[in-house]
Amino acid sequence: MIQLKNIEKVYRTDTVETQALNNISLQVEKGEFLSIMGPSGCGKSTLLNLMGLLDAPSKGDVIIDSQQTLQLNDRKLAHFRNSKIGFIFQSYHLINDLQVVDNVELPLLYRNSSAKERRTLALEALEKVGLSNRVKHFPTQLSGGQKQRVAIARAIVGKPEIILADEPTGNLDSAMGNEIMNILLELNRIDGTTIVMVTHDPNMAQRTHRLLRLFDGSQVQ
Amino acid sequence: MLKNYFKIAIAVLKRRKFFTFISLFGISLTLTILIVLTAFLDVLTSPAYPDVNRSKELFINRIVLKSNKENYTSQSPASFYFVNNFVSKMKTPEKIAIHTGRNTTNAYQNNKKMEVELMHTNVSFWEVYQFEFVEGKAFNAQDLENAAQVAVISADTRSKYFGEGALALGKYVEANNIKYRVIGVVKSAPATMIYANSDIYLPYTLAKSGLKGTSLMGEYMVTLLARSTADLPLIKEEYSQLLKKVPHPEKNQEILLSYPDSYLESFTREIFGKGEGSGKDRFFLMIGIFVFLFMLLPTINLVNINVSRIMERSSEIGVRKAFGASSSTLVGQFIVENMILTILGGILGVLLSLLVIFVLNSSNLISHMNLTINLTVLGYSLLACLVFGLMSGVYPAWRMSKLNVVTALKANN
Repeated sequence: MIQLKNIEKVYRTDTVETQALNNISLQVEKGEFLSIMGPSGCGKSTLLNLMGLLDAPSKGDVIIDSQQTLQLNDRKLAHFRNSKIGFIFQSYHLINDLQVVDNVELPLLYRNSSAKERRTLALEALEKVGLSNRVKHFPTQLSGGQKQRVAIARAIVGKPEIILADEPTGNLDSAMGNEIMNILLELNRIDGTTIVMVTHDPNMAQRTHRLLRLFDGSQVQ
Repeated sequence: MLKNYFKIAIAVLKRRKFFTFISLFGISLTLTILIVLTAFLDVLTSPAYPDVNRSKELFINRIVLKSNKENYTSQSPASFYFVNNFVSKMKTPEKIAIHTGRNTTNAYQNNKKMEVELMHTNVSFWEVYQFEFVEGKAFNAQDLENAAQVAVISADTRSKYFGEGALALGKYVEANNIKYRVIGVVKSAPATMIYANSDIYLPYTLAKSGLKGTSLMGEYMVTLLARSTADLPLIKEEYSQLLKKVPHPEKNQEILLSYPDSYLESFTREIFGKGEGSGKDRFFLMIGIFVFLFMLLPTINLVNINVSRIMERSSEIGVRKAFGASSSTLVGQFIVENMILTILGGILGVLLSLLVIFVLNSSNLISHMNLTINLTVLGYSLLACLVFGLMSGVYPAWRMSKLNVVTALKANN
């Protein structure tokens, strides 16, 4: 489903050159739940951003669903992300000015779907994460766990084949974290969604199919 | 999609009350000033009482005498000699109004001194300008020929001179130590009617000077009324032929220039005109530059506010991009948001203008002037709003759309 070939990522400023990723090759199968672990600054999030086409590698290929992505222009990349990938971030990144349901509808705004259809799908997604009773709330009125569940609903509303989660439980206590993890596992098991998750928590990583360890931008195993 | 943009726009405006206030204040104030100025311009140039025939009129307000060597130029209104012996012989115009400019003089009533303005006119003046008589009538050809000591006064002058509500017909007004019998009272013309407004109108035969001699320079102006607008070029042509026959043998006065102009041109030629040009194009160019510069300041201000506001929303930008918004979609969104702001500012501006115009009209700052927002002015204001929105929204939106997703998402962490 996701194929990375000889990926390198270098960040350059006027004076410093930082090698964030070094010769990473990786294949994530359809329906797999992969977790990525490693110390802070080892390149986990960079790797996830490359998989999500939010950033481009300095060298190497990113192939998603058999599609070479490096040649895609801004519009095509946007369309590709919209149809294939859902994102979950550690700090939720909900739009505080919009109600929960409008936040969840967001990915559908960039598709040709009617307002009615968008609303139906958003409510379905919110039901899936157990937040049907918070539809009209604003993000600032929710707890951290609830916010992350909204973020998951937003990630799954467009029924993407891939979900990329960057430390989704990082800001939550263990009980909340477990709840979120259960939702992700269920998505993977029932819907067959391919999930790649960056985490610091070995307990969470243990519950996934496969673990990838990074250290200083390189694969450890 | 638009509904979503609208929700976001309103939420953002509500959240940043101070910035919203500054933005709206800038837009509405600029628009108010533009709307009021255009309303002024509209009043100055549109046909209105008593000059209702303006679209069929041409005005001669000065003549220019120049030397061949271009080192001597003199200009002034025309003399009675020029007007009477040449202009009034023209065939194409339907009517020819002749009048002096306004001369301020003193009038006395019960030993109380007051300033009044006198204008000397011919009989056709009362046919070209459609005054409404509240008492009596205008002087006729016989009065003019006999130099009868009669006067037509404005209703305002009647109130000032004879007292509020008093009738004036048959009574006498004294100006310049001469008593004139009032034979007519007209509804006052607005002060903006430069060629028709006066306090007292007298037959030109009562003028103390300027009726004799053959000098071309004097104090008379002419309004030529055409039968139809199609005749206007013919009148211009006849006038230009007529000028060739006017003798001007004096040294340093070899070139005689004068033009029958439309109302607006009669002013622009004086201020911006060069050579044969009426200066109208230059006038509109100057107005265009003025309006552009005037709008530029609040636009730059709005651009700055928008840039800082958009950068604050980098998390939202990152999320939208991550979930499938292309750069151009985002540019569209932010321009729409900005348009909503400017349209709100526009609505406020129109309301504010209505208030300012109401206050100006009721304060009688310029007597009998009635400013209105007409549809043209409103149309231009809405256009200005649109330009405003685009000018102040495009650059910030472009900057924002160039934001890298990863950087945008990190910015608010």
